[in-house]
Amino acid sequence: MEAKQYRKLWWDIILATLSFAVVPLLILGGVIYHQFSVSYTAKIKENMKTLVENRCSSIDLFFDERISQLISLANTHSVEQLKNEDYLHRVFNIIQTRSKSFLDIGVIDQDGNHLAYVGPYYSILKAVNYKNEDWFYAVMSTGVYVSDVFMGFRKIPHFIIAVLVREKNQSWILRATIDSDIIDHMVQAAWIGKKGDAFIINRKNVLQTGPRLSGEVLGQPKSPDFSATTGTQVEDLSFGEENYLFAASLIKAKKWVMVIREDPTEQLTPLLRARFMAALIGLGGVLLITLGAVFTTRSMMQELMQMERKKAVSDEIAMQESKMAALGKMAAGIAHEINNPLAVIAEKAGWIKDLLKMEDIPKSKNFQEFADAVGKIESHTNRAKTVTHRLLGFARRMEPISERVSINSVLDESIDFLENEARYRNIDIQVDYSPDLPLLLSDPAQLQQVFLNIINNAIDAIGKNGEIIIRTQYRAKNQEISIEIADNGPGIAKEMINKIFDPFFTTKEVGKGTGLGLSISYGIIEKLGGRILVASEEGKGSTFTIYLPVK
Amino acid sequence: MEKFKVLIVDDEEDFLETIVKRLQARSIEVIGAESGYKALELINDGNFDVVILDVKMPGLDGIETLREIKKKKPLVEVIMLTGHASVESGIQGMQLGAFDYVMKPVALDELLEKMRQAYERKLIQEGKA
Repeated sequence: MEAKQYRKLWWDIILATLSFAVVPLLILGGVIYHQFSVSYTAKIKENMKTLVENRCSSIDLFFDERISQLISLANTHSVEQLKNEDYLHRVFNIIQTRSKSFLDIGVIDQDGNHLAYVGPYYSILKAVNYKNEDWFYAVMSTGVYVSDVFMGFRKIPHFIIAVLVREKNQSWILRATIDSDIIDHMVQAAWIGKKGDAFIINRKNVLQTGPRLSGEVLGQPKSPDFSATTGTQVEDLSFGEENYLFAASLIKAKKWVMVIREDPTEQLTPLLRARFMAALIGLGGVLLITLGAVFTTRSMMQELMQMERKKAVSDEIAMQESKMAALGKMAAGIAHEINNPLAVIAEKAGWIKDLLKMEDIPKSKNFQEFADAVGKIESHTNRAKTVTHRLLGFARRMEPISERVSINSVLDESIDFLENEARYRNIDIQVDYSPDLPLLLSDPAQLQQVFLNIINNAIDAIGKNGEIIIRTQYRAKNQEISIEIADNGPGIAKEMINKIFDPFFTTKEVGKGTGLGLSISYGIIEKLGGRILVASEEGKGSTFTIYLPVK
Repeated sequence: MEKFKVLIVDDEEDFLETIVKRLQARSIEVIGAESGYKALELINDGNFDVVILDVKMPGLDGIETLREIKKKKPLVEVIMLTGHASVESGIQGMQLGAFDYVMKPVALDELLEKMRQAYERKLIQEGKA
């Protein structure tokens, strides 16, 4: 397989693993987060609703109490009593000891004139006629009136409560000014966190209390218009560039609307933290899965590549074997076909030789020539015979067999093949055989292939002028024969020594070596139950040692 | 003058003719047969001691012929002659009772030596019988 295909397979496996592992992880994370977010947001909104309703009922209660105070004061006294400013002062003091929210109190007749006034603005207010004021009409018609917040003469936000009392044929009004500070405080209790806000607006969307961030008292609030709210509503709205949670509820006593604004980023901090954690865990999971996928895939690919390489070697060995078997068959066929005519030639030559001895041919002038010619024919027939017989021997060896083998003679045959080449390159092949090697039950042809390969490599490594020493030894202790083939060539670089048995690894020029020789040798020796080792020192040479078991 | 009678079977006529002449020149009683069938005909009448038999022949091949000869004349010694160094056909021949096998081309003296050994064995076998 090519590198590109490996790459593609690698990607395929990684992507498949990732999509099967990461997608469920993300879905799981997303669903859990969504569920959490929904319930958490619901909880926050519920909290806000409770808060705004609480505040509203407190304010309602406050209004009720103030109104009831005034009503009971008005109805338990006659206008004659209250017209007396000393008496009113006493009453006002009693009220103020219980509730500081009353700023002043006044008694006004049905024509709008102050009958009595107790408070800090006596000189200004005593003379004021309220007949044309809006609130005066309102209180005259409804009996009880609570005003919106206004600045008035005092230049501080306040509002008034007025109650109408009908006494016989005349009506009079008890009017008190309430410091809206009290309400401000009650509203401020709902300022949550650093960016939370709360305020009250009237039906015209005018601020009745001073909000923290959303504008000025008596101005327009910087928020959506909630002035039409009835009951309670909680909404997730954007205002300006930002998103807020709003809760609004009606204050029944005055038809004001209290609005609480909260910053979701503040309120939802735990949720955001959860989102962050989920994202972090998800990311970690994805990272872990990716790493796992990469590592497993890498080791799988390595396994695969190794298997492919092994397969390449065994394929190559099988091909080599079948090639050799075919070659053997062909050699046998050729030898046979040549042997028959050779036999005829030999017989004819023999017959001529026989005839030359007979009759009077020896007396012939050219007898010696005849005899020489026949002798030559015989000797060359013999020469041809040795060739065909060797061919047949070779053919027989190509078939995978197991027979008793003398390692020394197999080595000798291998050296015979390469001796010419070695001599031409001035390489001396020396042998140091142990004379008492036991015979091995093995395949001589395959052994020869290995020896040829290693000796040939040694010759190639040396190049010119060198020495190859071949040594055999019997190691009785391990029941094995060792064959050492040492050269004094340039040796093998350290970083290459682990790779030399790898398929397709070659240091020879492109086209000169397949890179399969040593790996095939390795495969053959392994198949025969032996092992092959290499030791090398750069600049000094390499030694290949083959160990074969004696069975 | 050798005392034994030889039958040589080979489809290669040039070879057959020459080797017969050469053996006759050495005063050996010898007859050539160019096929297995011919050899089986001849072996019925002739009183042969040794048969030289080519393994590879068209028609009835050497192994078949050997089997038939051994059926008819078990005591006749057969030397297989082969152009092929195949161990199998040699071993097969030996299993079927051939005395030995030699590879072509063979020196006549070598062949004569084998014939003498074969004849000796035949004499021993006959002595036992």
